[in-house]
Amino acid sequence: MKIIACIKQVPDSEAKVKAEDGKVTWGDAPLVINPFDEYAVEGALQQKEAQGGTVTALCIGPESARDALKHALAMGADEAILITDAALAELDTVGAARVLAAAINKIGGADMIVFGRQTLDNGSGLTTAQTARVLGWPMLGLAGQIKVQDGSVTVDRVIEEGRQTVSAKLPAVVSVVQSIGEPRYPSFMGIRKASKANIPVWSLGDLGIEAPAAVVARTELMNPPVKDTVVEMITGETPEAIAETLVEKILAEKVL
Amino acid sequence: MKTFVYIDHFKGEIQPASWEAIGLGKTLGSVSAVVFGSGVDAIAKAAFEHGADEVFVADDPALEDFRAEPYASTLSALASRSAQSPDLILFPITARTRELAAMSAVDLSTGVLTDISALEMNGDQLIATRPIYEGKVLEKTVCSGKPVMASIRPRFFPKPEPDASKSGTATKVEVKADALTTVEGYSASESAVNLGDAGVIVSGGRGVSNNPSLQPPAGMDERQAEIWRAHQGFALITELANVLGGAVGASRAAVDGGYIPYSHQVGQTGKVVTPDLYIACGISGAIQHLVGMRNAKLIVAINKDADAPIFKQARYGVVGDLFQIVPALTEAFKKKLGK
Repeated sequence: MKIIACIKQVPDSEAKVKAEDGKVTWGDAPLVINPFDEYAVEGALQQKEAQGGTVTALCIGPESARDALKHALAMGADEAILITDAALAELDTVGAARVLAAAINKIGGADMIVFGRQTLDNGSGLTTAQTARVLGWPMLGLAGQIKVQDGSVTVDRVIEEGRQTVSAKLPAVVSVVQSIGEPRYPSFMGIRKASKANIPVWSLGDLGIEAPAAVVARTELMNPPVKDTVVEMITGETPEAIAETLVEKILAEKVL
Repeated sequence: MKTFVYIDHFKGEIQPASWEAIGLGKTLGSVSAVVFGSGVDAIAKAAFEHGADEVFVADDPALEDFRAEPYASTLSALASRSAQSPDLILFPITARTRELAAMSAVDLSTGVLTDISALEMNGDQLIATRPIYEGKVLEKTVCSGKPVMASIRPRFFPKPEPDASKSGTATKVEVKADALTTVEGYSASESAVNLGDAGVIVSGGRGVSNNPSLQPPAGMDERQAEIWRAHQGFALITELANVLGGAVGASRAAVDGGYIPYSHQVGQTGKVVTPDLYIACGISGAIQHLVGMRNAKLIVAINKDADAPIFKQARYGVVGDLFQIVPALTEAFKKKLGK
């Protein structure tokens, strides 16, 4: 089975991200593979182990995004491809989906494309469904479990209301959630392999497409308003006395 | 301005933020509600009662279960009919509408502004405010395609009161039944929780497993005993949440510890919530958690550690043992609220 895991590089989740002079900054925090995409790589590797085949990690990003691809290789992906082009700086999600679909076609298609549920940066969670739509493939979103059999894929879809079992014919696009299983740590051998790996870099010219025009654009960046509340500590002789005071205070705020 | 509002529902349960979207659409002009499914007359009726000027219904057995492809095709076909053509399509944000809007935006060559918390008109341009980097930063963003598509976060826009005297005749629209997936089964999870719409959330963190006076049943190893203790802690939190008619939340530490399912997680990799009252129990207040709950109207923190960062976000704090404070709070609320 041929599997492609689509990943992105983002600032580490511990990073102190803020808006500064109209730009998003994160100090010297490292750039890492998007945490949700580690689950995508994990899900792809599980299918490779169950079915045989290969896993290709695919990423749109600047040169530095090589490191995210190396992480996927170190986890066990067989190959990695970076799509980088100066014209991709202002990409929106539909544009990203068109670029990914072109790259998937250039790779020669696949049986399954796996995404994480969203990225930590833009966080809109749209690209998976949009890539499926551009390709005309079925989309199975928020999979907590994936089973492939006889050319079909069945997933356990984790939604707020519970779990659904949903199936489709391959090829299909799948997004995964945390219940797919903790992403494996890169092995020593994997890290060595990744450090020597040759990662091809494709430009828009290589894909034979123009830069998609962005329809969605940012006009302003802001830091969330800082709250000027000062905490009032509630004390008392007994838990009951504390509780009584606290309940009075909460009721006086009229939020209930 | 002509706005479509997609009414999201699951097994007959309507997402309340659908009505908030109607309210928002009405501030901009006329609203046409859009209802897809099978046997959805009651939902169409409710849409009129919540202020829709017009309701489009695609009612067909092929739309019984939500599936992104036929729903998107049906919506795209409706929105591209010139007589109906909207300027704006609003959605309440859910797992379903994220996929639906995403696909329809591809069909209509436009874009989606997701998870918005504000929408303003500037000249003839709509400007939305949405969180990025999981709420660490906010962006204002515009969509130059038509229609503009936007999904709203729950509890950010006023909900119109239903008026039973309002009614109308729904307009049937053409159904596109191009499904590529099959829904084979569904099981309601016992941990199903809708934190986004909750007015009150009581959350537990790592501290809930920290009650040394509890003696776990014999034969448990250390890890099992920890989870057993945590379950006793969350039982206290659940009781308090129940008295307040609220939902139970959790920090990532509690979820990673296996104390409670992921669906309860508040924060960067979980749910961003905006309840009127948020009570954090045994949660130290890591940045990942704070970005998920700091927009709550009133925050109360209970923690043993007086230096815990959660107190910097809170309006009221108690330095103490949650295993004593939480049950006492439950009792005090019961008394005051007459329960």
